[in-house]
Amino acid sequence: MEDLVAYLPLLIQGLRLTLLLAVSTMLLGLVLGMLLALAKLSRHGWLARSAFVFTNFMRGIPEFLVLLMIYFGGTQVLDTALGPGVVNVSPWIAGLTALTLVFAAYASETIRGAYQSVPKGQIEAARAYGFSAWQAFRIVQLPQIWRLALPGIGNLWQGSLKDTALVSIVGLDDLMRKANQAAQTTRAPFTFYMAAALIFLVLTLLSMAIFTRLEKRASKSDRRT
Amino acid sequence: MDAFLEMVREYGPDFFWGTVLTIQLVVISALLGAAMAIPLALARMSRNLPLYWISSAYSIFFRGTPLLVQFFLIYYGLGQFAFIRTSFLWPFLREAYVCAIITLTLNTAAYSSEVIRGGILSVPRGEIEAARATGMSAFTAYRLVILPRAFSLILPAYSNEIIILLKGTSLASTITLLELMGASQLAASATYQPIQVFALAGIIYYCLTMAITSLFHWLERRYNRYMTLAR
Repeated sequence: MEDLVAYLPLLIQGLRLTLLLAVSTMLLGLVLGMLLALAKLSRHGWLARSAFVFTNFMRGIPEFLVLLMIYFGGTQVLDTALGPGVVNVSPWIAGLTALTLVFAAYASETIRGAYQSVPKGQIEAARAYGFSAWQAFRIVQLPQIWRLALPGIGNLWQGSLKDTALVSIVGLDDLMRKANQAAQTTRAPFTFYMAAALIFLVLTLLSMAIFTRLEKRASKSDRRT
Repeated sequence: MDAFLEMVREYGPDFFWGTVLTIQLVVISALLGAAMAIPLALARMSRNLPLYWISSAYSIFFRGTPLLVQFFLIYYGLGQFAFIRTSFLWPFLREAYVCAIITLTLNTAAYSSEVIRGGILSVPRGEIEAARATGMSAFTAYRLVILPRAFSLILPAYSNEIIILLKGTSLASTITLLELMGASQLAASATYQPIQVFALAGIIYYCLTMAITSLFHWLERRYNRYMTLAR
């Protein structure tokens, strides 16, 4: 217990990096996921096909493999391009890239599904009222896509929050790695892994509460009718 | 391409046995996990409050924390307690293989119990009432009507759980097991060709995912045959 108090600042330090990584992953992942969804809906067959192949493959292999492929594979590519040891892939870049790619692959399916469930007639109506294509998208389509995709995005956020623990393996000083260090020096692994687990649990419960509120707010239109 | 074939020739056996171990982990944990998930799902729907609270806490803990932490808690964490180290179970609990099975089983049981609960809740009420009205006991109704019906309803969602389980087995490499992921990490550092090695591992994982998907498609067709016959 004393150990836990002594190492708490260290864990909190790791927690900050974990949260930073998770939030950056979600933001970048949403942008990339949106682009992938657009690619899948595009009229160019080759673009749609390659987007589908990419997301299917990403969703069929372990996140851990994606991370190691980018971390070690990235170094291999840079070494052959620039000579050995000139530039290395940092754990932060590798972790962020891997988690973003995974997030985007799943998010693109969620967003595509949401996009397709907005009735076409609404867009025609908006255009008939003189909205430009962009206005129709921003004012009519986007709020509804957001509402429909929100539950899925909430699940993805929780997933990638938990997946951040993987970056500790390639050496990023996140919550998990700090717990590792504390566990090794104090020889109390159960205490520190349990502490890390409980912190993750609190984060999960908090995110569930936040997303429930967001969902309520986004579906205001349903209640009014 | 030659280098790739060379690699396959040299590390093929490692990859093969790694894949076998991965499949083993998936099959054993899926079966044990399913056996645990059914009572868990029933406890989650029970009106007995202690039972409800314990099963809910279990499910929230295992679904709300990273699988990696769970692996470390069980493999490294249990040894912290003297009473576990001196117990007769310690020779087993020291084994990475046993710990991996325990972790994956506990984890997948938590997720599957939610799927099963959803399945049981979506069995039409009328069918349950009809079963009870024909004189079946609650247990018989579960055995003959509710669970088989729930089974065919949850197959699509359950197939996703098994794919998540497959991906989860890759973390067993962090507690020294040489399953597919562990074997490819070794090959990657030995050959200095991580991209080729991990690409091969990715292809194998992808094939396993496809195999799980088609297995469940087949099960779905089989168990929902009565629907197509009625048409």
